[in-house]
Amino acid sequence: MSEMKEKVLEGVLLDEVYNLTLAELSRACEMHAEWLAELVEEGILEPSGRSPYEWRFPAPALQRARVVRNLQRDLGVNLAGAALVVDLLDEVERLRARLRRFEPGC
Amino acid sequence: MEFKDYYEIMGVSRDATQDEIKRAYRKLARKYHPDVSKEPDAEEKFKQLGEAYEVLKDPEKRAAYDRLGANWKAGQEFHPPPDWDAGFEFSGGGFTGAGEGVDYSDFFESLFGGFRRAGTGHARGGFHMRGQDTHAKVLIDLEDAYHGAVRHITLQVPEVDAQGHVTTRQRTLKVNIPKGVREGQRIRLAGQGSPGIGEGPAGDLYLEIAFKPHPFYRVEGKDVYLDLPVTPWEAALGGRVKVPTPGGTLDLKIPPGSNTGKKMRLKGKGIPARQPGDFYVELKVMTPPAGTEEEKALYRQMAERFSYNPRSALGV
Repeated sequence: MSEMKEKVLEGVLLDEVYNLTLAELSRACEMHAEWLAELVEEGILEPSGRSPYEWRFPAPALQRARVVRNLQRDLGVNLAGAALVVDLLDEVERLRARLRRFEPGC
Repeated sequence: MEFKDYYEIMGVSRDATQDEIKRAYRKLARKYHPDVSKEPDAEEKFKQLGEAYEVLKDPEKRAAYDRLGANWKAGQEFHPPPDWDAGFEFSGGGFTGAGEGVDYSDFFESLFGGFRRAGTGHARGGFHMRGQDTHAKVLIDLEDAYHGAVRHITLQVPEVDAQGHVTTRQRTLKVNIPKGVREGQRIRLAGQGSPGIGEGPAGDLYLEIAFKPHPFYRVEGKDVYLDLPVTPWEAALGGRVKVPTPGGTLDLKIPPGSNTGKKMRLKGKGIPARQPGDFYVELKVMTPPAGTEEEKALYRQMAERFSYNPRSALGV
């Protein structure tokens, strides 16, 4: 364990060009592929590729899927409601970032 | 350990109906949900709320909790009375949350912790499963995104012991922060998540990147913003000034006739990437203090020589 601590860990950066497969996304959200397919159906996630085997999700899909999962689990929000919430959260985040430019510290 | 008043946490009276408790939970859960709320202590409040609801929504646990009596005050030193739960049957299965990783308070664990031993599936003979992926948020300096860096990252890992109690262990990792990382992006460390069961491989660890607030840079996406103070003569006559950026000091040419609020773009000097961000400078003209007699004389001279009225647009 102690030599593990000394080793510098090299990770994979999930940047704007990195794509996740359905299996990777499913593991990282601890949710079934069927559930992710519902999110695609609802338009919450927009993968490229035609069939689920070919689906590739942009990295921000991970954050969106996890938020939807948490909202469903903790607040009982349905998928349509969760879709609305994640879109609004994105908008709020953009506005907050803009606000920070003018009022640092908020 | 301290006594926790679950009724107070949920803001309901001790004789609240199960429906009232559910409504109170839903309302507070929306208010303090960490994905939605920006209250500074949302995460802690949400955790307490979940714990309170875990007890009060379940008539069995609620009855057992009520039996402790109504005289306890929140924060009071508490030890569970011996045999406090005698005569109660917990049917189990009442644990929602996220299952075994949930970090309840010592108070909760002392009362109900023993009942979730069952079901925390540990290595049974011949059973193999990949470990769970885990997630953590890390704060880095903006400069690290410009140059890349190796950083020590300390994580709090909840662990369930043989008695079913959850304890927190500190784990330190040395991680390479790649150049060009941006707020909200994740770094995936293969095999650094939860250990596998049996001979199953460990899960992955996802680190979500956030920047520490910087005293003068502000970041939006991959663009970086800076207010740059300049003197009246630099603004009026133009000239070269030094500009700090997270990537190092640069020279900036200020055109003559500039003023406060003038924005200038240093292309490609934001956060590095295949298509790097830009660095934006906004000029702020500062008034030099008129401290000495000589300085005052200079200001008076300017007042006499300039015929400038900054308020002409205001009609005065």
